[in-house]
Amino acid sequence: MRAQFVKTVSKLIKSDENVVLLLGDIGVFGFRDMFVQYPERTYNIGILEQSTISLAAGLSLSNLIPIVHTIAPFIVERALEQIKVDLGYQELGANLVSVGASYDYAALGCTHHCPADVPTLNEIPGIEIVVPGHPDEFDKLFNQNYDNGNTTYFRLSEAKNIHAFNVEFNKNIVIQEKGEIVIIAVGTMLEVVLEASKNLDVTIIYCTTVKPFDFSTISKYLSKKILIIEPYYSGPILNNILRKTRNINGYFSSIGVPNDFINKYGSKADIDSMIGLDSKTIRRRILETISE
Amino acid sequence: MKNIKKNIIQASYFGQEGHIASALSILDILFVLYDKVPNLSLSKIDSNDRDILILSKGHASLAHAAVLEANKFITKSELMSYCSHESILGGHLNMKKVPGVEASTGSLGHGIAISVGMALASKIKKIQNRVFVIVGDGECNEGTFWESMLLASNHNLDNLCCIVDYNRSNDRALKLDSLHQKIKAFGWHVEEIDGHSHKEIISSLNSLSVDKPKAIIANTIKGYGIREMENNPAWHHRTPTKEELKQMIKELS
Repeated sequence: MRAQFVKTVSKLIKSDENVVLLLGDIGVFGFRDMFVQYPERTYNIGILEQSTISLAAGLSLSNLIPIVHTIAPFIVERALEQIKVDLGYQELGANLVSVGASYDYAALGCTHHCPADVPTLNEIPGIEIVVPGHPDEFDKLFNQNYDNGNTTYFRLSEAKNIHAFNVEFNKNIVIQEKGEIVIIAVGTMLEVVLEASKNLDVTIIYCTTVKPFDFSTISKYLSKKILIIEPYYSGPILNNILRKTRNINGYFSSIGVPNDFINKYGSKADIDSMIGLDSKTIRRRILETISE
Repeated sequence: MKNIKKNIIQASYFGQEGHIASALSILDILFVLYDKVPNLSLSKIDSNDRDILILSKGHASLAHAAVLEANKFITKSELMSYCSHESILGGHLNMKKVPGVEASTGSLGHGIAISVGMALASKIKKIQNRVFVIVGDGECNEGTFWESMLLASNHNLDNLCCIVDYNRSNDRALKLDSLHQKIKAFGWHVEEIDGHSHKEIISSLNSLSVDKPKAIIANTIKGYGIREMENNPAWHHRTPTKEELKQMIKELS
């Protein structure tokens, strides 16, 4: 997805003279041509995330469109108050694009993990959250959204789904409709869910916009058993559903990264298996839900 | 000036809120800015090339609101509604509500970095304007203040002028000591003035620095102009009683 990010944003720097890229000293090589061709709108701003977000707010106040890019914990957790006040409270347009997702940097340890990014930003009024599952989807969603005047968080990950879908901002996609179990899969969890639910009669809904959440697509399933499978700390989707309705008589299970520090290293796949976000464990959870 | 000071005290009394001493610390600076910088006027409010002022020490909002009233950005009744439920004026001014307010500050160390962004935006868009930002000495404790110092000099933002309200109220916590040398070492042009001398403020605002951002260290007195309040920490966040209001108005008359 990072390669696509470079392609998508480079194209926008060329085509939209209001776009300004601020890199937190990562991804610099990818944008080497932009630094030469558009030095006034391409910055390796440095490793100072809090001021970078405020600076981005200043650019936005002057009607420019900032794109801030760095590793998830540093953009979200270190600069959280700046995101809340300078972007959220002031209702400014900006794009925050992270890499690393929950534990893509598995081998680097907890300082570089960020399973709290989506749950944390979900609580800031007005912030939009996009979790693409495929590089093509990032391209589509970013182009649809980057200049909409709101602050949008785009969560890039190393993992990707095999196929891209024809995604739209704030729109869930019903991938298949079968049986009594409904699974909402967020971003790259779709591939895991497709693998886990092979030969099972389940409805699968694919979500790439966590906030605002497309409630209309799922409202008719509320009396069924709903399994939500998210690639970060579980909760945001269920929260966003509960904020839309009180009329829930069904069954909900929210599965995501457990709320523990992950004190092991290795690869993302190692961590997936350890915490149960692999297809084998998810299949077991689906079967348990069917039989409950 | 005396009328503006009276308005500050009265608005605070009516609203039972406000950091009066901080407001009086920067009042002369704000008064001169709006009086002498033509592009900060109400008539330029919608112009892309207007000069920008950001009050990074947002808790001194009473001074900003009172000066905005004196320059017809807001009305007297709006000023006197300070901090009431339906007022456009809160203890920290909201740029969505108050004409002339460019950023919603209050959390220290934010406005300075926002001003760096706005100064950089002017460079990108080739707009010939100036961006002024007022920070407090306590605010200079924040890491983002020093990050902003680095950013502004690194990007040669000579359109940015940072005025430090150096009333030394923060000395009790974390002394800044040789602030002049510190900011200079970060690549800024630095001047030091008496922050209550209109002549010195004007002269400092008029002298432009080339290729470097400019810092004006304004030596000020917190609570300036009201004897009881001057350098008295008890007045950092206090409002006057009816009797105190009477005495202060008398002192200012």
